[in-house]
Amino acid sequence: MRYLFFITGDEDRWAAMPWAEAERGLGRVRAWEAEQRRAGTIVDGSELAPTASATTVRQVGERVVVMDGPFAETKEAIGGYYLVDVPDLDAAISLARSSPFLDLADIEIRPLVGTSRLEARAG
Amino acid sequence: MARLVTALARRLGDFDLAEDIAQDALTVALERWPVEGIPREPFAWLLVTARRKGIDRLRRAERERSKLALLERTDVQDTTTHFPDERLALIFTCCHPALPREARIALTLRSVAGLTTAEIARAFVAPEATIAQRIVRAKRKIVDAAIPLRVPEPAELPERLAEVLAVLYLVFNEGYLASGGDRAERRDLAEEAEWLCGLVTRLLPDEPEALGLHALMRTQLARAQARFDERGGIVLLEHQDRARWDGTRVADARKVLERAARMGRPGRYQLQAAIALVHAEARSWEETDWPEILGLYDLLALLDPSPVVRLNRAIALAHVAGPATALAEVERLSPDLDRYPYLHATRAAFLRELGRADEARDADRRALDLTENPAERALLRSRIG
Repeated sequence: MRYLFFITGDEDRWAAMPWAEAERGLGRVRAWEAEQRRAGTIVDGSELAPTASATTVRQVGERVVVMDGPFAETKEAIGGYYLVDVPDLDAAISLARSSPFLDLADIEIRPLVGTSRLEARAG
Repeated sequence: MARLVTALARRLGDFDLAEDIAQDALTVALERWPVEGIPREPFAWLLVTARRKGIDRLRRAERERSKLALLERTDVQDTTTHFPDERLALIFTCCHPALPREARIALTLRSVAGLTTAEIARAFVAPEATIAQRIVRAKRKIVDAAIPLRVPEPAELPERLAEVLAVLYLVFNEGYLASGGDRAERRDLAEEAEWLCGLVTRLLPDEPEALGLHALMRTQLARAQARFDERGGIVLLEHQDRARWDGTRVADARKVLERAARMGRPGRYQLQAAIALVHAEARSWEETDWPEILGLYDLLALLDPSPVVRLNRAIALAHVAGPATALAEVERLSPDLDRYPYLHATRAAFLRELGRADEARDADRRALDLTENPAERALLRSRIG
């Protein structure tokens, strides 16, 4: 079963973090990530550049417009993501709990459609 | 039916499919049993038939290869002997924290206890469509997010226990005094909740609230025989024949509660059990220790300041401080509990004691409008006259 972890939180708070603290945090993230990649639970993932760098493409009537900024202007931003591969939601929750993000961010767990053995129903 | 669905759902990890094939199997049983007689092992027969129906359905659906393999491995013997723990696993799954709180209760009642959506709706005082939608969404999430069907790891167990206990208590109440149908009491459901709660206390022997709930259920069940007369009419606690109470069960409940109390972590179920035991151990209605009961309700209201607790406290208050004081308290609760029949019935009792007969009759009428239980309706009707 595959899930996408969205690491979400307050961008301003992340940006305001003292450099030394940010470095320490990053060290913990790298160690955790390396361990999980070895175990095969993390398939892929990355930190994302701040939402100020985002560009949104949207169809408005007949026209396609290109706009500066994220699709929704909210205080909560996605700071990074992981694609994980674990047996079930309990395993995904334990993985999220073991991550070094929780004092600074929430983790939204979204299942990927079509990756569960329970997914399709008998018609 | 619930047992069959549980056994199948456990194997398949799919409630909808389990319910469908259980239904198929029951349809076959209804056609054949009257003609061929009831098989020696009806449950095993149903399971085998459901399995065959399931294989039929899955063969029709080409993309269902993995589930087909699971079904073919289903071993009847294994499923029946390991049944109790499978139901516990199902309870914990239904009470998973990733499901919305209301959905956990509805889903457990539907999938584990086998209540109908209508019965659940009445227990919740909610529209049936709302409950149906909650259940459908919860099932979809279990499948989509792959919530596993198993008893949580020891480290997670206590955290998830509170929700399980809340659900068992609701199941118990639904069984102890069913809110609809022609049988006022569905003892089997209450006994089932008591049994499940006992199982939880064996699996989690150091959880005082599980013991407290178990003691509460046992105390209530000890009095169950005396709660109705031969014609199914309700006999109020005040008028019950206490010789018909099960003294052994009361003594048992007392022991369970004492074990919980020694752990030094009081909680709402332990307090409710203590209150029920004060009633159960009183030799007569007149000898009831109301100040003790009021004191216990005061503690309970600190832990759980819900309007329903305050309403029950008001009844004890009436015995200690008189109906006028208690009525004032009930009036304060009216806005919150306007759709709760017991509020109006309690109000009516206090008004009658105060000699305000007309108002009492109006309050009883309001209670009658909100009640579906036939025995309760009969009692209210006799009061209105």
